[in-house]
Amino acid sequence: MANAEVISIDARMRERSSQSGGSPERCLATTAAGRPCRNHATAGSSYCGVHQKRVRSLPAPASESPGAAPSPLSGDGGLFDRLGSFLRKRMAGDYPIDDFGYDPELSREILLPLVRPLYERYFRVRTLGVNRIPSQGAALVVANHSGTVPIDAVMVQFAVATEHPAERVVRNVAANLAFGMPFVGPLARKTGNVVACEEDAMALLERGELVGVFPEGYKGVGKGWRERYRLQRFGRGGFVELALRAGVPIIPVAIVGAEEAYPMVGNARLVAKAFGFPYFPLTPTFPLLGPLGVLPLPSRWVIEFGEPILMDHYTDDAADDKMLVFDINDMIRDTIQQMLYNNLKIRGNAFL
Amino acid sequence: MTFLTGKGSGQKKRVLITGVSRFLGLRLAQRLEEDPAVQTIIGVDLEEPPVPIKGLEFVKADIRSPLIARVLESTSVDTLVHTNIQSTPGRLGGRSEMKENNVIGTMQLLAAAQRAQRVRRVVVKSSAAVYGSGPGQPSILAEDYDPRRVGLTGYGKDCADAETNARDFGRRRPDVELAILRTQNVIGPTVKTNMTDYLSLPVVPTALGYDPRLQLLHEDDAVEALYLAALSRERGIFNIAGDGVVYLSKAIRLLGRVELPMLYFLAQGAGELLLRLGVADFPIDQLRVLLYGRVLDAIRAKRSLGFMPRYSTEASIVDFKQRQNGDVSTPAAKGPVIGHPTDQSSDGLMV
Repeated sequence: MANAEVISIDARMRERSSQSGGSPERCLATTAAGRPCRNHATAGSSYCGVHQKRVRSLPAPASESPGAAPSPLSGDGGLFDRLGSFLRKRMAGDYPIDDFGYDPELSREILLPLVRPLYERYFRVRTLGVNRIPSQGAALVVANHSGTVPIDAVMVQFAVATEHPAERVVRNVAANLAFGMPFVGPLARKTGNVVACEEDAMALLERGELVGVFPEGYKGVGKGWRERYRLQRFGRGGFVELALRAGVPIIPVAIVGAEEAYPMVGNARLVAKAFGFPYFPLTPTFPLLGPLGVLPLPSRWVIEFGEPILMDHYTDDAADDKMLVFDINDMIRDTIQQMLYNNLKIRGNAFL
Repeated sequence: MTFLTGKGSGQKKRVLITGVSRFLGLRLAQRLEEDPAVQTIIGVDLEEPPVPIKGLEFVKADIRSPLIARVLESTSVDTLVHTNIQSTPGRLGGRSEMKENNVIGTMQLLAAAQRAQRVRRVVVKSSAAVYGSGPGQPSILAEDYDPRRVGLTGYGKDCADAETNARDFGRRRPDVELAILRTQNVIGPTVKTNMTDYLSLPVVPTALGYDPRLQLLHEDDAVEALYLAALSRERGIFNIAGDGVVYLSKAIRLLGRVELPMLYFLAQGAGELLLRLGVADFPIDQLRVLLYGRVLDAIRAKRSLGFMPRYSTEASIVDFKQRQNGDVSTPAAKGPVIGHPTDQSSDGLMV
């Protein structure tokens, strides 16, 4: 199985040309997990920068990355064989998790495929600059937060897990509320999220992980429709301190589309108070249409990953310099705000 | 391991162990007994140890009574290992009795130790229960996480109170090396704990919609940690836990058992009922662990005490399963099993 990553160019070519009218502007390679690479091809080539080399060196099996095992849901066996083997392993308890509770197999084989139609067909997410995320080593992904229900965090995770050449997992930090909720809590853990506290984020950065933060927090997801795409207060700069202490780059991310998926036209404060929620959203469909109203609207999304902002040239005590922290905080906030405005223009109509 | 005794090269240790008739105290006594650096082992408990231990001087005494001061004085011990903080309200005769034993007992014992001039080292076996358990806690808890941030009750509060007593003692006797061990839930083929009771149930009830991360400590490793702490010179608080975590659902699957998800409040009610009827014996405050889990960072014990758990969490579960299958004779881990009781009469001894 050393040559498991066989790239059937012809089949892919046919598939792509039927989709995009014959111009293969996307890379034609198949990623380590067996899915089509979604990077843009470099000029004069059919492959992106990452896969060009790999394709050329394909006859030499040793050049393949050893960790890239074929996924059970995309290998050669029948679907039922693969599903059966997955279930057998689960039943026997034969799957590893890390100390934070991330279950890579469950996330990769079950949850990502479930999110895929939402990402590709429903929201038609266009991801820009995902290669700006380093292929290895720690970094802090900082994004705007919106849309009542934090599906924007899921979409960022999906984008990096499938469109980045290294298929990295973004370890988002999530609010306590999520981890206290039945079903949601364990799911959040198993998909790699951790508790929003300095200890967890730092521990992950020290292990060289990619940590995702949403500094707006509840203020971001819980803001009204009228304030859409207007960034709220960016926390207390905790994430900047974190990046300074860990000396890791910050990657600003602008997410366009979540606001229209769940436009929050009202907030039932009394209900929120009664249940102990930070807000209780009223959208055009929820709670008017009951359970159906939980469905997001099919908005069109753009997720842009900005240039990494390096943090390793500051002195060791920079994290204790509050003015510096606030300056960097504001700078990153402005960067993301600017990216948002640009991408709103790029996207055009919110739904079509 | 004799190099750990450090200090007075020719001087042999005189160790007093409280709770010597229960699993950890007994096994620690057996472990120390083999060590040439230890001269005398004095064991204190309310009842005699179920297995006779060769080199052990047993003193039947209640650590809550001032009499304990005379025991400490007359035996002129230099090391005190306190393993008598218990988590079984039923066995002790109720929650208030349990608190009495845990908090007042520790207080009295340490008050006596303060007077005993020969005491040089005190090891208190606390528990990971001092961290409580909740959704907002860091995923991995280090020793400097402030447990006061969580509202503790029951066993966890007892442990926290006992630790406060211990720290006060440490301030009053700065010449004494004080070590506090916060042990994870102990599991293994011969020990009987809240966790082994729970995982031995024919159908394991869980809270619907929750799947906590479990981190466990194998019984052999728990004994080894106490042993290392007793003979080390390191001061401070140490988390003691096996490597790795598993989800409760996976633990149940590894054991080949069936999970019974229940609505949490129903499960809690059922738990309380079992307690009241005396069918089960566990601290009700520890039910939260079965919702949110609790994972410790045990790096400090590795670095300072040289504590290297031989069983990971998963290996502990697998080893525990041997008992379930009635197959105690084949230990899952490779290498010699140190200090296993030779006869099985100590089987199912409470931690």
